[in-house]
Amino acid sequence: MLEQLTGRLETLSSALQLRAQRQQVLASNIANVDTPGYVARDIDFNAALQNAVSGKSAPGMAQTSAGHLTITSSQGLLGSPLAYTVQTQPSLDGNSVDLDQQRANFADNAIRYESTLRFINGHVKTMLSAITGQ
Amino acid sequence: MSMFNIFGVSGSAISAQAQRLNVVASNLANADAVAGPDGKAYKARQVLFQSMPGNDPGTAGVRVKTISESEAPARRVLDPAHPSADAQGYVTHSNVNPVEEMVNMISASRSYQNNVEVMNTAKTLMLKTLQMGQ
Repeated sequence: MLEQLTGRLETLSSALQLRAQRQQVLASNIANVDTPGYVARDIDFNAALQNAVSGKSAPGMAQTSAGHLTITSSQGLLGSPLAYTVQTQPSLDGNSVDLDQQRANFADNAIRYESTLRFINGHVKTMLSAITGQ
Repeated sequence: MSMFNIFGVSGSAISAQAQRLNVVASNLANADAVAGPDGKAYKARQVLFQSMPGNDPGTAGVRVKTISESEAPARRVLDPAHPSADAQGYVTHSNVNPVEEMVNMISASRSYQNNVEVMNTAKTLMLKTLQMGQ
């Protein structure tokens, strides 16, 4: 019974966490816009959210022998791997940050973070009015 | 709250860009300095940024790795009447290129502004997160 009240909140909280972490990654990209050799990072949000909701972690390397080392994927967000963004224009210092694109992504992610927050707030209000029975 | 890291990342970028602005100011101030009796003129200085891995995966701050001196040849002007002229009548000026420095200054100031914007957005999002469920 209680699961029906809070079940949707779990998905939304995973989405919120992912948005917050993506915001950090994008902030790092913007901070490193003048660093030579820096490669911009990002995540595939769809895949990462599906992984986070289903509790799966990203596929690692298969172990076909007892001697193989286990690789813990510490490089990722909630178990999903971070990818490298595609360079739009080549630069002399090897930096692949496209500032316009990163700023757009940052603003987009901020709005989506806020909308996730509103969904959570709306859900909480709905459930509160449901349990007060009015 | 994981978004606190944004302030560390963007703060490091702001301080690195401020140092770059300081170096530009020093170069521009010394653009017209002439060599003393030892024949050594002011050499333009340049900062080199390096990214600094953060606590979370994918996040990286910025720091100034080194401040190097430009190896460009000093500007020599024939002016035998000048008190600092050498035996051949040449005055050695600094090797600062004011045009390059102005471009550098604009770039540093834009990057600084960008990071301030990032911190403002992060602050707004975190304040809204504090009101979650109300």
